[in-house]
Amino acid sequence: MNKRATLLLEDGRVFHGKGHGFESEAVGEVVFNTSMTGYQEILTDPSYAGQIVTMTYPLIGNTGINREDVESRKPFLEAFIVRRMAPIPSNWRTTDTLDDYLIENRIPVISDIDTRALVRHIRLKGSMRGIVSRIDHDVDSLRKKVEGSPLMEGWDLASRVTVDRAYKSGSEALNFIEFSTLADTSQYAAHVVAYDFGIKTNILRDLVHCGARVTVVPSSTSSEEVLSLNPDGIFLSNGPGDPEAVDYAIRNIRNLLGKKPIFGICLGHQLMGLAFGGKTFKLKFGHHGGNQPVLDIQKNKVEITAQNHGFAVDPDSLNLNDIDITHINLNDKTVEGMAHRSMQAFSVQYHPEASPGPHDSYYLFERFFKMMKENA
Amino acid sequence: MPRRTDISKILIIGSGPIVIGQACEFDYSGTQACKALREEGYEIVLVNSNPATIMTDPELADHTYIEPLTKEFLEAIIKKERPDALLPTVGGQTALNLAVELADAGVLDQYKVEMIGAKTPAVKMAEDRLLFKHAMKEIGLDTPASEVVGDMREAQRVIQNIGFPAVIRPSFTLGGAGGGIVYNNEEYEEIVQRGLDLSPVHQVLIEESVLGWKEFEMEVMRDVQDNVVIICSIENFDPMGIHTGDSVTVAPAQTLTDREYQRMRDASAAVIRKIGVETGGSNIQFAVNPVDGRLVVIEMNPRVSRSSALASKATGFPIAKIAAKLAVGYTLNEIPNDITKKTPASFEPMLDYVVVKIPKWAFEKFPESDPTLGTQMKSVGEVMAIGRTFKEAFLKGLRSLETNRALTSEAVDKGTIRQKLLTPNAERITYLLQALIEGYTIQELIDLTRIDPWFLNEMKEIADMMRDISSYSLENIPVELLREAKRSGFSDTRLSRLLKTKPQEVAEARYRANIIPVYKQVDTCAAEFESYTPYLYSTYEDEDEAEPSDRKKVMILGSGPNRIGQGIEFDYCCCHASFALKEEGFETIMVNCNPETVSTDYDTSDRLYFEPLTLEDVIHIVRREKPFGVIVQFGGQTPLNLALELQRSGVPIIGTSPESIDLAEDRKRFGGLLDNLKIPQPQNGTAVTLDEARIVARQIGYPVLVRPSYVLGGRAMVIVYDEAGLDNYMQAAVQVSRDRPVLIDKFLEDAYEVDVDALCDGERVVIGGIMEHIEEAGIHSGDSSCVLPTYQLSEELRNTIRKYTVQLGHELDVIGLMNVQYAIHNGQVYVLEVNPRASRTVPFVSKATGVPLAKIAARLMVGRKLKEFNLPSELKVRQYCVKSPVFPFAKFPGVDTILGPEMKSTGEVMGTDDSFGKAYVKAQISAGSVLPKSGVAFISVNHHDKRLISKIGADLVEMGFTIIATRGTAQVLRNAGVAVETVYKVNEGRPHIADYVKSGKVHLIINTPLGKESFFDEKSIRRAAIHYRIPCITTIAGASAAVAGIRALQNESLGVRSLQEYLGTSKSSSGNG
Repeated sequence: MNKRATLLLEDGRVFHGKGHGFESEAVGEVVFNTSMTGYQEILTDPSYAGQIVTMTYPLIGNTGINREDVESRKPFLEAFIVRRMAPIPSNWRTTDTLDDYLIENRIPVISDIDTRALVRHIRLKGSMRGIVSRIDHDVDSLRKKVEGSPLMEGWDLASRVTVDRAYKSGSEALNFIEFSTLADTSQYAAHVVAYDFGIKTNILRDLVHCGARVTVVPSSTSSEEVLSLNPDGIFLSNGPGDPEAVDYAIRNIRNLLGKKPIFGICLGHQLMGLAFGGKTFKLKFGHHGGNQPVLDIQKNKVEITAQNHGFAVDPDSLNLNDIDITHINLNDKTVEGMAHRSMQAFSVQYHPEASPGPHDSYYLFERFFKMMKENA
Repeated sequence: MPRRTDISKILIIGSGPIVIGQACEFDYSGTQACKALREEGYEIVLVNSNPATIMTDPELADHTYIEPLTKEFLEAIIKKERPDALLPTVGGQTALNLAVELADAGVLDQYKVEMIGAKTPAVKMAEDRLLFKHAMKEIGLDTPASEVVGDMREAQRVIQNIGFPAVIRPSFTLGGAGGGIVYNNEEYEEIVQRGLDLSPVHQVLIEESVLGWKEFEMEVMRDVQDNVVIICSIENFDPMGIHTGDSVTVAPAQTLTDREYQRMRDASAAVIRKIGVETGGSNIQFAVNPVDGRLVVIEMNPRVSRSSALASKATGFPIAKIAAKLAVGYTLNEIPNDITKKTPASFEPMLDYVVVKIPKWAFEKFPESDPTLGTQMKSVGEVMAIGRTFKEAFLKGLRSLETNRALTSEAVDKGTIRQKLLTPNAERITYLLQALIEGYTIQELIDLTRIDPWFLNEMKEIADMMRDISSYSLENIPVELLREAKRSGFSDTRLSRLLKTKPQEVAEARYRANIIPVYKQVDTCAAEFESYTPYLYSTYEDEDEAEPSDRKKVMILGSGPNRIGQGIEFDYCCCHASFALKEEGFETIMVNCNPETVSTDYDTSDRLYFEPLTLEDVIHIVRREKPFGVIVQFGGQTPLNLALELQRSGVPIIGTSPESIDLAEDRKRFGGLLDNLKIPQPQNGTAVTLDEARIVARQIGYPVLVRPSYVLGGRAMVIVYDEAGLDNYMQAAVQVSRDRPVLIDKFLEDAYEVDVDALCDGERVVIGGIMEHIEEAGIHSGDSSCVLPTYQLSEELRNTIRKYTVQLGHELDVIGLMNVQYAIHNGQVYVLEVNPRASRTVPFVSKATGVPLAKIAARLMVGRKLKEFNLPSELKVRQYCVKSPVFPFAKFPGVDTILGPEMKSTGEVMGTDDSFGKAYVKAQISAGSVLPKSGVAFISVNHHDKRLISKIGADLVEMGFTIIATRGTAQVLRNAGVAVETVYKVNEGRPHIADYVKSGKVHLIINTPLGKESFFDEKSIRRAAIHYRIPCITTIAGASAAVAGIRALQNESLGVRSLQEYLGTSKSSSGNG
């Protein structure tokens, strides 16, 4: 087996390392994630479609792969970059090694490069396209492949990762491994229709935990179809790509606003912002990690949040007579949450479902259920 | 929320002397707290009995009290200073216990002092096993099944349900003192009884054993707005059953999935909220069953802890500093992250490296002690290492320990390996590697040790690589293997052993192949944001982030892990050097690997390299930074041992030259120097072989003092009285070589010692202090109490000492600090040794005189002259200052408490007052030995001391004591007209003396060693004294001092006075000095 691997960035920077995972190559936008745990969830998060993910924590694979910590039906990222792949995993739930899992899922990996140097490069220059190859080490050839790959701006990736047809979620909460102080006061047997722009399974688990029956629908489902399902509330999921490119979804959301309580997360939040008439913009290198401090403005309380986004809602583009900015990021002051003043619609840029990441923001699900209950 | 304005004066309690379980991490935390709160404009009152701390520097607080940490003294200070608030969470268990005691006694209410950070109910709920368990149950958290018992009868009932093995944990003891794991009823009764005795509340917890489970720690912070963040997770390499202070620990946790990590995070937040720590940091320990993931909470420290110091250094997040700010009302999001400047402290640090902490033990100092590891902490220090992989950090950590023993250097038989792995001990790592090299499988090792397979596999990779490398020579090793070895953390020294060559050869081969380390920053955020603090570690990667400046810079080599003989005093000196040279306009660069220290705080120096203090690692930094000078004389023996080789490698050493250092250490050359100066020294010689040693000793005449060269703390130093003793010594495992011979000195019986610290600039010598030892010569100077100014020495002798000191300073061409040890024997002054470096007493002398010796010394090293500092030829001391040692005997059951030439104390305290007696009493109280005002004194002294005991006996009787004595001593006393009652020795009948001690009928013990025949009898008396906390004095000189102390206690009351008042720098007297 060829153990060599090469990473080339679109600005020409090259890293030579060892190859793991599937013996192939892949192009994508190179981003970094600072979470120290949760690589399995990151691998299976559909929001990483079109991206090559660098883990800043250097030892990856220590706990192998297990049956439960999956966030979708398969890994969606293009390639994976780590400092060191753990040769043997150790955890009571491990069923597979990371390497075998990535081979099976056809994801190429480059390891043993100076990942910190790569991260610093991206921090300074911004996210950029790149290629990880285990089969081609010719710089000119690799450069051509990168140049031929799509740009993240204007790319509708949600349609690539969404489900083909609607289904009822049977996800069960993984209580057996939670230490939960979460109140069950919000329990309400609501029917939630969830748009799948790349939905993470833990969102479904949390909705179910709160008492919901969930119908997951494809990203292009029309507003009429959704309303015909007679939901108590509508959920807009996370997902990959440029929100402005998902224009059909923006139109559908606009039609649904004011008709049913709506809660959006991540891409769902951005789409809601666009539906409110706002604009989105691309961040230099995005937020990808589990330690982002967010201030809940009303409560003046800080929550530590899981985040994974490259685009953000431009606060100056929002009509602040209608829209409240409810949460801001304390690191860079970007918009992290908003709510419509008169309509039952709110959204957050970050991930209250965590997985991976802290559980500080679970209350948002409760808020959604309270909203649906009040509307009933 | 802005800072509170309803309080303005805050009392901070320090942790007292360095003891096992409570080391300089609390100087670090206390110093940070003082700085943080003063920065906010609060007036700080600080109390700590330990002079060797940065926090007790007079600049750090407004009112610094070096007074005993007892309720009575604290009450006096509170009464005098009337603080508004008390911050009890930065001074370890000592401060916390004291705060609770003050609260319970009503003192805090009486003087309207508010406890900030954690209040009494929270402290009690966290510390009281039963309350804690109930609280955990209420929030749905599992704990091991357990019950608290207050006596033996209950204990017998409880064990029926819990079964063996069981864990015994005494309530409210430091570092788990007195606890243990028991497997049978005999052990159970013994340890329960000991725990009941040691616990201040006489309670122990009997607990279900979670032995072998995975152990984790979480460092949590909370603010008044109920924002909670996790600063760091720590996974113990050693499973449950070994005290975390004795475990190799790793940050962040390595073998948790996110789901399990978040479960622990949620649990941590729930715990800190439930316990009710309002603001600040807490440490929570968890155990996880490796088979099914069951999570149980073990305990919580509602304060800054040893682990928080480690977590601070591991992440770059200054827990104590932030805790102090939170305690006065700030919220986490109002405090900026110092390192990134632009982001707030309300976040969770992300590491892109691995941190490994390895404990350092001192069992060699206590040969009779039990070297197995359990739930009671026994290590005296620790190192931390940072690498990009576990292997790299782990191997860097191993070499940071400075254990000169090569790993796997000797063949070990199979049975030994099994045994050593089965029973945790200080050499576990060595045996693990050996086992792996010998082909043990990971499963076999799991069965023996319960260490997680992930760690074992990493170790296996190290062992495999060692085997691989040893099949090559330096000439034919593939360059890629060499590179891979360096990336895995192998040192040149380890490689040279495997390749059978010299470290220097490996280094040169590396340089030729361009295999050199780069430096990466510890930045709290895994490079997500720009960082502004050059806190660096080495690794073998592509990109270097050191970005050295072109300023003129000085590099200071620290003292590495704490150990007996080399502790916080040296860290104090290194910090002072850094402070002074910053003021001189230099860029200061600190190199150290001890996470407990102030020196490894990222804002102590301009740049911090968290690196092992080995030749290889230091040279790499020098090559990168190109400093103007490197200082080796402040970090104790560690950097000094590197001095000559550094100089040979072209490193510019500033201050006293390595040649002078060598001249002072080289017995032969130094002897010649003294002869030229006509300064007497005890007759001496050196030897490499037994025959040589015998010849030298015969020439000199017994008794002789023998020791290896280049050691600190009197390591392996003994007095031998005859040839048989000498033979034993030479055959014992003392490493001897031509370069490092054994030193043999005439032992001067009945001499007393004097220590002198002096400053020299090549032209002038200023004497910092002449300290008279209280214990006689033969007791290591670090274990002897000493007093400044001298209290018995004649002016004539003092003049001789002054003259010699000046001569020696000039002759050795000392630039900086010098310490000289003298012995006075029959009215003659002898030089015992000269150390041209900072000594253990520098902080003590600096506190006593108010002159920062180490700071001035650092300035002298960069060219300043003594005349610029306007100092007299000898510094003045306005009051009596006594320094007393503190011993770890309580942690080592079975070890004799007798003192000798080998240093055994872990820390020191200072007592200050206007008479010798009062200063001595205060020092004794601080050291934990409260002299009685009245009662029964037991005296038993050896033949030699009998002629001196009558005076002491008479004085005690005069002061109202009843004296009991063993037969021989009683006879002597009676003959001198002293009223005395005879008691039996242990083997003479009953009730014997041990019965008296155990039944609380004795209040003071004076017992000088009688010699081998009665050894065990005496040892049991001395052990009983420790157990029942009865002052036990083992020297005649100590007894005389005690008499002076008791007299002072009877006649005068002990007041409190701040350092600023003593030094005349307090705001009320002469403005801010």
